[in-house]
Amino acid sequence: MTAPRTPAVGAPTARLEGPAKVTGTAPYAYEHPATDPLYLHPVLSTVARGRATVVHTAEAELLKGVHAVLTSANAPRLADTEDAEFAVLQSDEVAFRGQFVAAVVAETPETAREAAALVRVEYEERPHEVELDPGHQDLHTPRESDTGSPPDTRQGDVEAELARAVVLVDEVYRTPRQDNNPMEPHTTVALWETLPDRLTLYDSTQGVHTVRETMAAVFGLDPENVRVTAPHVGGGFGAKGAAKAHNVLAGLAARAVPGRTVKFALTRRHMFSLVGYRSPTVQRIRLGADAAGRLGAVVHDSTGLTSRVKEYVEQSGLCSRMMYAAPARATTHRLAALDVPIPFWMRAPGEAPGMFALETAMDELAEACGVDPVELRVRNEPGADPETGRPWSGRRLVECLREGAERFGWYERDPSPGPHRDGQWLVGTGVASAVHPRANNPGSVAEVEYGSDGRYTVSIGAVDIGTGARTALTQISAEALDCPVGRVRLRIGDSDLPGATVAGGSSGTSSWGTAVFEAVRAFRDEHGADPGPGARTRAEASHNPDLERYAMYSFGAHFAEVRVHADTGEVRVPRMLGVFSVGRVINPRTARSQLVGGMVMGLSAALHEHSVVDPRHGHVVNGDLAGYHVATNADVGGVEAHWLDETDPHLNPMGAAGVGEIGIVGMPAAIGNAARHATGLRVRELPLTPDRFLH
Amino acid sequence: MDTTITLHVDGEERVLTVDTRTTLLDALRDRLGSTSPKKGCDHGQCGACTVLLDERRVLSCLSLAVAHDGARVTTAAGLAARDELHPVARAVLDHDGLQCGYCTPGQVCSAVGMLAEAGAGWPSHATEDLTAAVELDDAEIRERMSGNLCRCGAYANIVAAIREVSG
Ligand code: FES
Ligand code: FES
Repeated sequence: MTAPRTPAVGAPTARLEGPAKVTGTAPYAYEHPATDPLYLHPVLSTVARGRATVVHTAEAELLKGVHAVLTSANAPRLADTEDAEFAVLQSDEVAFRGQFVAAVVAETPETAREAAALVRVEYEERPHEVELDPGHQDLHTPRESDTGSPPDTRQGDVEAELARAVVLVDEVYRTPRQDNNPMEPHTTVALWETLPDRLTLYDSTQGVHTVRETMAAVFGLDPENVRVTAPHVGGGFGAKGAAKAHNVLAGLAARAVPGRTVKFALTRRHMFSLVGYRSPTVQRIRLGADAAGRLGAVVHDSTGLTSRVKEYVEQSGLCSRMMYAAPARATTHRLAALDVPIPFWMRAPGEAPGMFALETAMDELAEACGVDPVELRVRNEPGADPETGRPWSGRRLVECLREGAERFGWYERDPSPGPHRDGQWLVGTGVASAVHPRANNPGSVAEVEYGSDGRYTVSIGAVDIGTGARTALTQISAEALDCPVGRVRLRIGDSDLPGATVAGGSSGTSSWGTAVFEAVRAFRDEHGADPGPGARTRAEASHNPDLERYAMYSFGAHFAEVRVHADTGEVRVPRMLGVFSVGRVINPRTARSQLVGGMVMGLSAALHEHSVVDPRHGHVVNGDLAGYHVATNADVGGVEAHWLDETDPHLNPMGAAGVGEIGIVGMPAAIGNAARHATGLRVRELPLTPDRFLH
Repeated sequence: MDTTITLHVDGEERVLTVDTRTTLLDALRDRLGSTSPKKGCDHGQCGACTVLLDERRVLSCLSLAVAHDGARVTTAAGLAARDELHPVARAVLDHDGLQCGYCTPGQVCSAVGMLAEAGAGWPSHATEDLTAAVELDDAEIRERMSGNLCRCGAYANIVAAIREVSG
């Protein structure tokens, strides 16, 4: 690479699809044009456990414009229902409130909805349990998680270290159920064609290939005969990270009316039982330290819930395995299997609730030792990964803390515990660390083709869910090809393109970018620097041995200023500031937006988010955007995201880590710690609603 | 029951037959193929469906299409004049006031409507002096834009964009 051109990577390139998005002409799944589409509206179970003994469909069927009413009695059998989440309408069993028990296909959305309301379901109800209550429930140890990490770990002599501790923090922290609520509800537009059977989905998903694989297996189709596209996706935050039951229902409906396109948009309320959510957690943390705050033991016991039909574990204890140095540590995860919808990924699964607990506990330790909270973290900095002993690919937490403290004006605070009054407001500041694994997932493939117009077409089945991936991958392609961005045509969002891993776990840019680099290298090997039109090469990202040699994490430091109203308990956050270590930043404009967006979702979790489940009926009482509060514009004051100038030499050819999740991690703790500094009250449970400060 | 109505959408006259239960939002999306107003909640809780009815911002999911026979509807797509982005849309783009883009057309329409409201002297919850001309500081902009949720958290950049246009 010789040309002294402004490097594509590192430039604040504006989102390529920006003009289409600000005018609303960028098509999302529902908006895929179709002639004479039909509309699907589901009927959801109204009991939390039991059997749908009789489903009365006659009235619905008689309604003009209704094409089909699907129930477990007439729905075709699926080829593979090993994953119970996909066994849609395969039996009359009801495993949770809000499960599909029937569905109507009709000519208009109004008719489909009316007909669905006419379907009457008789239930045989069984006793159910939907609320996490670790003291009174059978808990089990989850099997090894999808990330391959064990549920429990233990190092050193934990009991001895705890006994020896001069200062001990032993507290329980709670986080509530939270729902992802991307602005675009989950939507699938499905078309079933015959001879041979083919299924096409226009889907709001984070991974077109994972949805294709699932649909092919569930419907017994050759993957070649399933196509999934997702040109634009209105956010996901994990909830669109895998196929869900609604994809299957849409497929079943489409199969009932072959040749007709079926549009299926979940309502906001449907989303609260069908697309995943973050499990509530109860986390006991024990920190044993010497008088100077040096940790001897870190113990993190996390309990969450899962659904009886499918196990998912929120791995809140992982952060305590690697965050701070200590000769002894133990982490455990326990689950209560309940009659609830299936929990799943929500932005920074594990780290987000886990770091609320750990970083609040660290603040309590700092206070107990009389050590500045920034300094306390610096004192417990490990030289190598405490869990594996591996060297860090780059651990720069201390620099994040120091630079953040400087930028925020941290040391201007009165270090004494609150309350600190400013008129009717109690004012304080708080800090917390952030962490997220750096990922580079294997399996992505990219293709490079040189066109007669002198442009390169780079193809990969990646998805841009709002991260800026389309723009970042174009920049990465330009850098790899050593050409201007304008000579790259990027194709993404289609399962007919080379296979790509899912947009999740802050892995997209890293994993897909690696595949693009490999494809370009192979292309140059094959066709040289001066290719002829039509030259084309495809390559898969090769194995990176450094992934097993180094501990790879991104870090960050959050600072927040909080004001709590002395009379009403209202909590305001006028200032948030984060400094992050995320490797090289591909596009400062879109990366900043992602980091800030994560911080805002952290603020939202700190102040508002809580899905309230009715123990009698098992539904979310506040299951819409009026009841489930997310941060609004007026909640957000000053917000700044900064990053260290660096590159990760081991992670991938770009030296860049994903930035989608780290912004949310730790922010609720920073806000809670600031509220403590402001009021003198320690709140160990999210969200920090006004009532918690009115005692 | 079906009824035939006329809507002037983004400068184009459209005659369509709707169910009397059809919302303005569904009429635009399902019947007229307009992709610009989005459906985030269908219940007036998120602002994604915001369009301009004449010059006023409205939530099209809370409006019945039949109640607006003959109305002039402008979506974010219609705000762009001959390939030139509307200044608000341009500023949102320049400030990266969007990520997934699903709330964005609603934000743009809402901002355009909001600027007109402020220009007309309408006060908000954040207005100190109800009799003076409205000064659109950040607190005013945040308050007036809080009917438009953005789950991607692009608020700060949206405020910066509106500040630039209003200043
Ligand atoms: S869709 Fe109209 S306000 Fe949400
Ligand atoms: S840009 Fe995604 S919801 Fe606002």
